[in-house]
Amino acid sequence: MSIIAAILVISILGLLLGLGLAIADKKLAVEKDAKLVKMEGIMPGANCGGCGYAGCAAYAAAVTSGEAEIGLCSPGGNALAAKMGEIMGVSVESKERMVAFVHCNGNSEVTKEAFKYKGIQDCAAAYIVQAGPNACKEGCIHLGSCMSVCPAGAIYRDDKNMIKVNPDKCIGCKKCTTVCPTGVIKMIPASATMVVACNNHEIGAKVKKNCQVGCIGCKICQNKFPSSGCVVENFLSKIDYSKDTSDLESASEACPQKCFVKRG
Amino acid sequence: MSYIGIIITYVFVQNFILVQFMGLCPFIGVSKNSESALGMGMAVTFVTAVASVVCYMVYYFLLVPFALEYLKTVAFILVIAALVQLVEMVIRKMTPSLYKALGIFLPLITTNCAVLGIAILNIDNGYNLLESFFAGLAAGLGFTLAIVLMSNIREKLELTPVRKSYKGVPIAFISAGLMALAFMAFDKSLITNLHLV
Repeated sequence: MSIIAAILVISILGLLLGLGLAIADKKLAVEKDAKLVKMEGIMPGANCGGCGYAGCAAYAAAVTSGEAEIGLCSPGGNALAAKMGEIMGVSVESKERMVAFVHCNGNSEVTKEAFKYKGIQDCAAAYIVQAGPNACKEGCIHLGSCMSVCPAGAIYRDDKNMIKVNPDKCIGCKKCTTVCPTGVIKMIPASATMVVACNNHEIGAKVKKNCQVGCIGCKICQNKFPSSGCVVENFLSKIDYSKDTSDLESASEACPQKCFVKRG
Repeated sequence: MSYIGIIITYVFVQNFILVQFMGLCPFIGVSKNSESALGMGMAVTFVTAVASVVCYMVYYFLLVPFALEYLKTVAFILVIAALVQLVEMVIRKMTPSLYKALGIFLPLITTNCAVLGIAILNIDNGYNLLESFFAGLAAGLGFTLAIVLMSNIREKLELTPVRKSYKGVPIAFISAGLMALAFMAFDKSLITNLHLV
């Protein structure tokens, strides 16, 4: 009996308070800009902060007041940008969706270890100690700090203990790129089929000593395959996706270090 | 205890922030300038005063008749949450600038333990309706007093050469500790000496 009474009393109390609040909400309603209301309605609601504002509502307000430009929202992508443009009455050109990618192919088998790290299992903490336990100081530390900040759960550890980003799940908020101490996570176009999975800018001899799959900056991809889009800068090959990348496949086969990664 | 006794008790002797250490989150969070501190104090005072009365009524007219005293924490939180929502709506309507200055700390009054603290203390002390109201009002005033004093100190501190490692919140905590020490001067004997008991 007393259980039923407890349920009833609390429910009635809640109901009354809720009713009171509903009435108060109507009476005390603040007139909001119609544009802002519409804008808030179409936001994805991830509150990831990738746009540089505190949350979806803050970005919506900034766009409505003309403070921020349209198209900074990665989770919403082109569809959202087009809708926002419609509300604001401006045309928006579509942008390529960008996703995060861990530019490192190294793991404990192919990359040398400088020392054993047994401290706090966090990339930033490990990085404080001589820039991490790997002999390569610009690669992935594999402690997964990016996994814990990812709001979409897109970053995972595969069976070889390597950190990977699921491009379908990635919302492009760039949280992982800021938390990563080595800067090995960079944004690439979602449609990219081939990536140079290395972030080491050291000269070839040093890279070869430390890692079997690092880019040594031999420039084969750049010089032998001019239409691969590869540009070698600071002993590291980078693919310029805005260029012609038709020869990328053959360039990847010619790579002596096999540091190209094919994306499905 | 007389009403004046209750008021002096909760403003000075049992000051919620500086003696009982309840509701410290907005005390540090919103005490950067005196205007928003005063606004926060007013909002909390309103909530504690009204919550005391409503919680009293909920307890004695709803929970006691059904022998559900053990549900008071849940019921009180429900009442307080609804009240804070109401205050938020009123402030948003009346003074948007204060609404912006208080920010997240306004809805956080819900979880301010000073509010739940006074509601439960009223019941524990066996106050009647009017006494509960005065206790709630005094608790809010005590909170306002502490936060406004603190904000004035912090405004001065902004212009004072403070060591880099102490700048901002650390020196604020030290000041809060010193204020709490000063408030130890108000003890039970004050009430007895004033013949208010």
